[in-house]
Amino acid sequence: MVDFQLLSLMTFLPLAGVLFIMTLRGDGPNVARNAKYAALYTSLIVMVLGAYMLNHFDGSTADYQFVEKFKWFPSLGISYHMGVDGISVFFVALSAFLTPICILASWDSIQKRVKEYMAAFLILEMFMIGTFCALDTILFYVFFEGVLIPMFLIIGIWGGPRRVYSAFKFFLYTLLGSVLMLVALLWIYFHGGTDIPEIVKAGGIAYKAQFWLFLAFFASFAVKMPMWPVHTWLPDAHVEAPTAGSVILAGVLLKMGGYGFLRFSVPMFPEAAHFFAPYIFGLSIIAIVYTSLIALVQEDMKKLIAYSSVAHMGFVTLGIFTLNAQGVQGAMFQMISHGLISGALFLCVGVVYDRLHTREIGRYGGIVKNMPIYATMFMLFMLGSVGLPGTSGFVGEFLVLLGGFQVSTTVGLLATSGIVLGATYMLMLYRRVIFGPQTNADAAEMLDLTWKEKINFVPLALLVLWLGVSPGVVINKTQASVDKLIGDYQTALAQTETSHE
Amino acid sequence: MNETLWTWESLSIVKPEIFLAVSGLLLLVFGACLKGNPARSIGGLVMIAMAIAAYMIWGMKWDSQVEFSGQFIFDPFSAYMKILVLFGLIGSVALSLRYMAQENMARFEYPVLVLFAGLGMMVMLSANSFLSLYVGLELQSLSLYVLAAIRRDHAKSSEAGMKYFVLGSMASGILLFGISLVYGYTGALGFDTVAKTLAAAPATPGAVIGLVFVLVGIAFKVSAVPFHMWTPDVYEGAPTSVTALFAIVPKVAAIGLLMRLIYGPFASMVPDWQQILWFLSAASMAWGAFAALNQNNIKRLMAYSSIGNIGFAMVGLVAGTAAGAGASILYMTIYMAMTAGTFGLIMMLRRNGVAVEKISDMAGLSKTNPVICYCMAIMMFSMSGIPPLAGFFSKMVVFQEAMSAHFYVLSVFGVLTSVVSAYYYLRIIKTMFFDESIAVLDREPGMGKKIVAGVCVAFVVLFVLSPDPLLKSSKAAAGSLFPVAENTKE
Repeated sequence: MVDFQLLSLMTFLPLAGVLFIMTLRGDGPNVARNAKYAALYTSLIVMVLGAYMLNHFDGSTADYQFVEKFKWFPSLGISYHMGVDGISVFFVALSAFLTPICILASWDSIQKRVKEYMAAFLILEMFMIGTFCALDTILFYVFFEGVLIPMFLIIGIWGGPRRVYSAFKFFLYTLLGSVLMLVALLWIYFHGGTDIPEIVKAGGIAYKAQFWLFLAFFASFAVKMPMWPVHTWLPDAHVEAPTAGSVILAGVLLKMGGYGFLRFSVPMFPEAAHFFAPYIFGLSIIAIVYTSLIALVQEDMKKLIAYSSVAHMGFVTLGIFTLNAQGVQGAMFQMISHGLISGALFLCVGVVYDRLHTREIGRYGGIVKNMPIYATMFMLFMLGSVGLPGTSGFVGEFLVLLGGFQVSTTVGLLATSGIVLGATYMLMLYRRVIFGPQTNADAAEMLDLTWKEKINFVPLALLVLWLGVSPGVVINKTQASVDKLIGDYQTALAQTETSHE
Repeated sequence: MNETLWTWESLSIVKPEIFLAVSGLLLLVFGACLKGNPARSIGGLVMIAMAIAAYMIWGMKWDSQVEFSGQFIFDPFSAYMKILVLFGLIGSVALSLRYMAQENMARFEYPVLVLFAGLGMMVMLSANSFLSLYVGLELQSLSLYVLAAIRRDHAKSSEAGMKYFVLGSMASGILLFGISLVYGYTGALGFDTVAKTLAAAPATPGAVIGLVFVLVGIAFKVSAVPFHMWTPDVYEGAPTSVTALFAIVPKVAAIGLLMRLIYGPFASMVPDWQQILWFLSAASMAWGAFAALNQNNIKRLMAYSSIGNIGFAMVGLVAGTAAGAGASILYMTIYMAMTAGTFGLIMMLRRNGVAVEKISDMAGLSKTNPVICYCMAIMMFSMSGIPPLAGFFSKMVVFQEAMSAHFYVLSVFGVLTSVVSAYYYLRIIKTMFFDESIAVLDREPGMGKKIVAGVCVAFVVLFVLSPDPLLKSSKAAAGSLFPVAENTKE
């Protein structure tokens, strides 16, 4: 086992980078370069630590590992409690993996206030990793909510023309959901404390209170996810955010909703989860079908991918609330895979946007001729998003559908239609951007990927393929925790049934 | 009770007050005799005097002592609140030293008046009878009325002073009327006797009406909705350093007074005052949030913000428990740091020698004056209650206590209004960071504002590292209010 405080180190190391960047004075290109390198190295070290963590993570047990526990707020019984299990470990790794990619992706495209930008990203990384490691409800909330500050600034300062509107919408939507969760957390504080493992071990929350609490948590996670009909902030935020902001938004922030469902909603309120599952199926199906249809008619590349994110997150909620091992496992896998693929797709948009400064699909066309490597990369991620076997996208969707069909054939069928629609809009996007006649002269003159962009794409591409070919890498580590989650859930349901008879 | 009114020993618990009163009078004479403009040196001396007073309180024995025939009480609660008030006053004088000169109102009476207002607040916080309460309250109020109008050649300032005076006197009148009713129905002015009499028999309608009038009087002082009308006008009209003082200190003192009353003499009338406070709290949170949305003057905005904050602080009081009172004290402590820091930053915004007051004038400042803007952003995020900043924890603890007392509707309502208020705090950040720059600010010459703002920002950011000591001491302070309540119950 690891005998140093790995998780705290991963969480707060970015802060050291921020402090370093804050000591830099001036605005010249040298200062900007130093800030970039400081951020890159810090996040690379965190990434290495993340790999080390994955390597030392024992997948055979559902227990929390790398646990740290200190008194933090002793007079209120709130502690600084960190730890990862099979459910959170890959999200921590995903955050640590995507941050250096984001910093590289912003290397040349961010020209103003570079220092602040890099600092914001490092602070964001700190909050993201903290969110997935926290095992105390208040600590979780602190990290979960803290994410809003850097993200608000990233969208608002470095975003597109409608950035102010989008930043506000993002912030207020998310805050509205979160404060309701805070009230629920405070209620739980008086009926079980703040320690997540202990609350879960005690068998969740009393039956009667579960429904309101579930709804309060649902308000927060559904917005974060985002689920239909509270998804409208996402396309705006995505379109206006800088490329790296979109990558991190799609790659990690959306996963906080799904992670929240798995960490709080299902283990703490099993009866309520059982009760609300059909409604959530309904919302997920609408999300899958309806947002796929919307994606079909988008003219903006980022918007199209944003709507496809909502549809893919529909698969995740569907998978989680099938509440069987395959569905939950599939949802987990889908989240990780979507984190890689949608992140990569936003990078793909970023590449052409940096060259032509437009995201309008019609402004491109036929760029396979002048950008063959780009076309290959784009194709890989596009097919991953569609769910082609051999890519990680397939595994997640397949497992979710497997779980879905066990619950209801109708649900399974409707969800499958989403895959067809997904293939339609992604292939259409690909055809219009990459193939066809070269009608736009400036698009035909774009240069292919630079080496920095290649460095960014290659690890993502390898991971997508690797996870697609041998999904066991992930599943072996998550299996025990998912099984325990489902086992606990079923025990809790059985207990309530006997007590009601 | 002792027949003698006081002994030499009883003076020991009013040492700080006597010290402040004497030094205030001396400084007044001093200022009149000194040549030139002594405003700055008198201001410095006032700060030193208040620091010494705070140190004296710190060194006293922190247990409950009642003296002067039950007129005056010294307990951990009053000690904590007095130190808090003195800190706030020192901060606001530090903010105003340079500002007075900048705005051509450097008069040595200014800091001395602040000192007398502080003396009034300290008496008020230590009041153990309605008589000493009223004396303290009026000393405070009269000093503040004058301060609001200190720029007497300035129409808005005079108007602010006039409005504050007229409405404030009316509130005092209402308070006095309430006190007279309570006296009439209990036959006593001392808090202990009133508490015993009220607890002995079911409350008479007359006493309830008295309670309502007393609460209305204090609601005016803390500017809780619907008795808040004076706040935006006075805040806007008064010189900014005085506005800072108004926002930072008197509210803390008045909330302390409110706590003393509801847990002391009126401890047995919990259901009666609970519903009044419930309404005041909910209305203040809502009005503080919605009315601020359209404000363009940052001082008016801060006025509505303070109204909303008082609503949040009252959430802890509504709970009616010792822990709830502790949460409110913590809330006011953090509120004070946030407000002092924010006003320190606002007062640094000067362009071509003129203070910037419109929010739109702050556009794009983050490019020209990044440090001020990042500090301001931290303050605004903290005010909107975003973790890991101190403002989050203050909101968390008050709602926690409200939840423990089963005030679920109020809690949900409160957090929802905090989302609305987040909008206007974000608007300031948006103006500074997202909008295009207009022009550079003047260089800030003084250190006072920088130190105050720096200390407050550091407090707000670093609070998360060790939140416990402050919470513990505020709970201990609140706990000392409650033995009285325990005895009088049943």
